[in-house]
Amino acid sequence: MSTEHLLEVRHLSIDFVDRERRVHAVKDVSLTLDAGECLAVVGESGSGKSATARALIGLAGPTAEVRAEQLSYDGRDLKVLSESKWREFRGARIGFVLQDALSSLDPLRRIGNEVAEPLVVHTTLSKGERGRRVESLLNDVGIPEPRVRARQFPHELSGGLRQRALIASAIAAEPSVVIADEPTTALDVTVQAQVLDLLAQKRSAGTAVLLISHDLTVVGRLADRIAVMYAGLIVEEGPATDVLTRPLHPYTTDLLAAAPNLDNTGVLLTNARAGALAPSATGPGCPYVSRCPLADDHCRAELPPLADNGGVTAVRCWHAGEARERVTTVQEAEPVIGGVLVKVEGISKRFRSPDGSWLQAVDNVSFELRAGEALGVVGESGSGKSTTAQIVLAMLSPDSGEVTLDHQTWSSLKERERRARRPHMQVIYQDPLSSFDPRFTVQRIVGEALGKAGRRGAVANNARIVELLAQVGLDESILLRRGSDLSGGQRQRVAIARALAPRPEIIVCDEPVSSLDVSIQAQILDLFTRLRLELGVSLLFISHDLGVIHQVCDRVIVMKDGRVVEEGDVRSVFSNPQHLYTKTLLSALPRVEYLAVAARS
Amino acid sequence: MTLVQEELRTSGVAAVEVPSRKSKRVLRPSLIIAGLFVGLVVLMAAWPGLFASGPDNLNPLVALQGPSRAHIFGTDELGRDTFTRVVWGARTSLFLGVAPVIVAGLVGALWGLLAGLAGAWLDEVLMRIADILMSFPAILMALLIVAVLGPGVVNVVIAIAISLLPGFARVIRAQTLLVKNSLYVQSATSLGLRRREVIVRHIAPNVVGPLLVLVTMNIGTSILTASSLSFLGLGAQPPTPEWGAMLSEARNYLQVDWALAVFPGLALTLTVISLSVIGRTLQARFEGRSL
Repeated sequence: MSTEHLLEVRHLSIDFVDRERRVHAVKDVSLTLDAGECLAVVGESGSGKSATARALIGLAGPTAEVRAEQLSYDGRDLKVLSESKWREFRGARIGFVLQDALSSLDPLRRIGNEVAEPLVVHTTLSKGERGRRVESLLNDVGIPEPRVRARQFPHELSGGLRQRALIASAIAAEPSVVIADEPTTALDVTVQAQVLDLLAQKRSAGTAVLLISHDLTVVGRLADRIAVMYAGLIVEEGPATDVLTRPLHPYTTDLLAAAPNLDNTGVLLTNARAGALAPSATGPGCPYVSRCPLADDHCRAELPPLADNGGVTAVRCWHAGEARERVTTVQEAEPVIGGVLVKVEGISKRFRSPDGSWLQAVDNVSFELRAGEALGVVGESGSGKSTTAQIVLAMLSPDSGEVTLDHQTWSSLKERERRARRPHMQVIYQDPLSSFDPRFTVQRIVGEALGKAGRRGAVANNARIVELLAQVGLDESILLRRGSDLSGGQRQRVAIARALAPRPEIIVCDEPVSSLDVSIQAQILDLFTRLRLELGVSLLFISHDLGVIHQVCDRVIVMKDGRVVEEGDVRSVFSNPQHLYTKTLLSALPRVEYLAVAARS
Repeated sequence: MTLVQEELRTSGVAAVEVPSRKSKRVLRPSLIIAGLFVGLVVLMAAWPGLFASGPDNLNPLVALQGPSRAHIFGTDELGRDTFTRVVWGARTSLFLGVAPVIVAGLVGALWGLLAGLAGAWLDEVLMRIADILMSFPAILMALLIVAVLGPGVVNVVIAIAISLLPGFARVIRAQTLLVKNSLYVQSATSLGLRRREVIVRHIAPNVVGPLLVLVTMNIGTSILTASSLSFLGLGAQPPTPEWGAMLSEARNYLQVDWALAVFPGLALTLTVISLSVIGRTLQARFEGRSL
């Protein structure tokens, strides 16, 4: 591989400049991509991976300053391309798939027209030919009944189908490079697997794929090579198998460890240093020193070069390969499980759909939650798991069936009678920000949960508030900040602190980590594990992610179409699933070990 | 290449996603001018004697004179100084702009909150009433009410307030529904807060934000409607100086003396534009805030 690459980037730097400051988002990144190859760029949010991808198609945005020594496609220099030339380029030569399929598709246009758009712009096909081409494209990406679907609007399609339609439109004009920016992040595991398989097919057909993701396990399914980015720098780059099985940079090691693993139980996901949620270090040295267990003075003083040291993997670390045997921190104790706390008996709930028909969201669901236990509820979107949570929380009342709390009636009480007992059961949502009053500071958010919402009350309870924040790994410097000024991980920690404030016996967690990066997710999951041990609180933990459930829960119920299809101990359900649906879910789950083997063969 | 390396060594700072406090707000010149002008109008309304005195002083000898050193805005048909009357007119004009909006804001907020919180049949009844009120054009509605109640400043306030009410009630109701179903209200409920506490502490304050914007935006409209009513002879009655009424009087002498209509008209226009600029800025800031 000496001379011409299909796509080649050398020494790319991107700065985002606004009135007040200049942020170096991408620093000295070099990448190459060949036909029939998949390169994955992996990193947490803010690592510069998306900015890199956007620069490659000339969409870095008006505030970005892009500099590169070389930026070429098939020998053509992209740096000198005018905007109109770029337009000819995008779609025709390089296709781009965005993360959020719903907002990337025009809600007022039919799927068929959306997919045909690149054909209109970049080809001279007639209308009839375009129709046939769209149909075969939709067929290729695995959309059933393409003729019917082409006439539908984006909101009529499920998330998976939308993402596929988006991919169909990206590949419509047969670009030789497809850039996919987090194409599977918002999707359920089974759908995620299908989308990745689809991209794999395109790669086998000779398309070059650049995959951007925050999740190493996801990219393992597809990638031939992996580049790991941290703080705008590539810290490790090499063949996927090597990066996944023999990571050399400490960050890669931490990232791999952060993904919940079905083969480990009772192991914390983060090392002690990483738990601090330290931002990237500033200064002349390696940006990872603030989180790195191997950091020394040399690391702080000088940025290591990206060097391959004679091996196949290039790594930017003074201690490459010294990366320890993964430091596994094992939970010291097992939580104590007590008697039945919440008993759900045969609850059902149905809703009226917009077209007037009834939708049975929850159908005769029964389960028990014991004191000190973590019960996982797993299922894909639409399986009724969130509705179940709402009924347990008594935010919705069931059409039939009953929920009892501590052997006393709960769901059939009047709100007035329930109020006094509400503090026993707290809730954490997927989107913590919208669960905070936008006018409230962190101090008042937590203070309100202690009974006094006023500024004075918050000050009076300050000691307890600080204690709660410390419990979730935050310090008092954020007391006077508002939710919108916090990062995703900090917000979820504040939400947990608030949930802990009334000393609840039960916390209902509705997808609490699904909008977080893998590394931050790992910290939050470890936090849940720790809090269970320290406080003995019961968790009703709802997630679509089996790995997450496996990490946190003792028992699990699997929901599909509003019913419980399987229930049991986490270990036995995961190692020996009985129901076909559970088996499907489990087989769709990406696993590093399995992938590494697959990549080798 | 060396440059890149150098850059790397010196920069160090990376794109860390730790959102900082909101960036400093930039005051645009148009906003400053608008603010100064509105401040001036408010000062004229509060303390007209500071600028000129005797808005009703007659001097037929100098009737209908154009702008001069003695009378910079000229004089009207009775020889009254137009500048003095524009200054003194600010009070009534501004009052006619602000008072109806405040009345409509208060009543509309209660109306919308009640409809949004109560739901069911009460919501239905309240909003259908709003629909009926809204189906009349605002100026027509105001005309109708003044025709029934009779002319006069207070009646104009009532008339304009009623014509603004349904719009306010609608916006507040929509916002109430949004806030009522928000996760932070659910969170507060699951903390065991009483309904009254949830409403007072979380729902009402978060509903009021857009109301403030709406109020500012509507002061201008309200001034215009009031001036129109005065122009038609239904608002402020002579000899009370009021911009709309002054325009009405000036209309008869347009061919003789241009200045008579231009200055009150200019005061009116600039005030409305300034208020609109301020309102838009408030709106942009409010919408920029995450809800």
